[in-house]
Amino acid sequence: MTILTTEHLTRRFGELVAVDDLTISVEEGEIFGLLGPNGAGKSTAIKMIITLLPPTSGSANVGGFDLAHNASKIRRLIGYVPQILSADGTLTGRENLMIFAKLYDIPKNERAKRIDESLEFMGLTDVCNKLVRNYSGGMIRRLEIAQSMLHRPKVLFLDEPTIGLDPVGRRAVWDHITKLRDNYGTTIFLTTHYMEEADKLCSRVAIMHLGKLAVMGAPDELKASLGDDEATLDDVFAHYTGGSLERGDGYTEASRTRRTARRLG
Amino acid sequence: MNLNKGKKAANSIICFFSKTLSITEMEVRKLRHDPTELITRAVQPAIWLLVFGEVFTRVHLIPTGNLSYISFMAPGVLAQSVLFIAIFYGIAVIWERDLGILHKFLVSPTPRQALVLGKAFSAGVRALSQVAIIYVLAVLIGVGINWNPVNLTLVGVVAILASALFSTFSLIIASLVKTRERFMGIGQILTMPLFFASNAIYPLSMMPSWLQAVARVNPLTYAVDAMRGLMITGGTSIYGVGLDMLVLFVAMIVLVIIGAKLYPKVIV
Repeated sequence: MTILTTEHLTRRFGELVAVDDLTISVEEGEIFGLLGPNGAGKSTAIKMIITLLPPTSGSANVGGFDLAHNASKIRRLIGYVPQILSADGTLTGRENLMIFAKLYDIPKNERAKRIDESLEFMGLTDVCNKLVRNYSGGMIRRLEIAQSMLHRPKVLFLDEPTIGLDPVGRRAVWDHITKLRDNYGTTIFLTTHYMEEADKLCSRVAIMHLGKLAVMGAPDELKASLGDDEATLDDVFAHYTGGSLERGDGYTEASRTRRTARRLG
Repeated sequence: MNLNKGKKAANSIICFFSKTLSITEMEVRKLRHDPTELITRAVQPAIWLLVFGEVFTRVHLIPTGNLSYISFMAPGVLAQSVLFIAIFYGIAVIWERDLGILHKFLVSPTPRQALVLGKAFSAGVRALSQVAIIYVLAVLIGVGINWNPVNLTLVGVVAILASALFSTFSLIIASLVKTRERFMGIGQILTMPLFFASNAIYPLSMMPSWLQAVARVNPLTYAVDAMRGLMITGGTSIYGVGLDMLVLFVAMIVLVIIGAKLYPKVIV
């Protein structure tokens, strides 16, 4: 069943078309990756879908509710973890969860239970009474995911969930995202520019380039479509974006070198 | 049918205020974890009262009726310190935008007005700590305090209203200018005129008529007027405490409504 669609979703900032005619669909229970180089329009697209930014034109639908008319209904169905580590450092982990439990109307007699469960699920029970400013990056990220799952959202939006984390922190976040989907059936919509991560986690990906949708499909399908047995998602990405804007041709170059290195063992 | 509708409406009103209070509660918890700012904020009003007040009370330059100048000015200093805290409150909005905290609030099913009002009341909590500090200072320098519990409560209410009003005004400015640098510039420009074009440290009757006109539309004037009537023995309110509070309340509601419209735009 389709849980999220966008049709011709477009956002302009003056002359710049940040998101240009984006049409995608996400199935219930999948982990969907929106990929693209920095500045491709991923964050803008997410902000429109989660009701933070009105589209210039086009439409979106989440869980059967239309963005233009039912923004407040959509807000109850979704969770959101922004790109920056945004838990409040001046509060404890538990307090960070408590405020959101209240804002999401979780009944009083259920709050403590939900919070404990979320903390446990994200492996934060031991540190929940410490101020968040003493947490590591990976712990803050896990706390934020705990925060966003309190109200059992149907779709969880994660904007670059592993950016800036060390490998251990990244691995823990990946595991928890997958577990969240498996245990609660939460649909996950994430953006990333780590291709390896997308390949590992996502059942389907959409690649954006200069605001436009370049290609959408399962990672394996996309890799196969290049007609090269050893193609990686890096190659798919480079093929459709022509290397990233930022990194110029260097990107294709680098990914080729990496592949060679791997082949040599 | 109608009963159901009534229940629903009652529910959504309860929900609105419980969310407002949740936002406020969060700020109170932050203060509890780190109350240093409450103490550092005592310094400025102390200087006004102990230095400016003590000097001017000796020279009898300002006609304050049967009150000593320092008694006349104590409520003014209270209102001023409330203003100075509240007027920079908008910086927190920009700060929370940069941290992404604001995004999460706006994505939650919380009415925008509740978010803005919650922020406004949390500025009010800080104002209450100023009330306590200034009462202590006032007692120390021998200002006659009206200890009637009703008066004490009403001073608290006026302080909360005034600080909610000015902090929401600040939030509106932050939502419009969007960057810290521009905001600080504008904040500096606003505080002095708001303070000096009011009855905080001299009566309106001393002012040229154009300045009186400005002071009459300055909400700070009504906050000072109410506090002067409530806080000190022998103090009188010119407009009446009821009218003062009504002006503050209506201005606050109008600003909250405008603020709730502009607040989500700060992220764009």
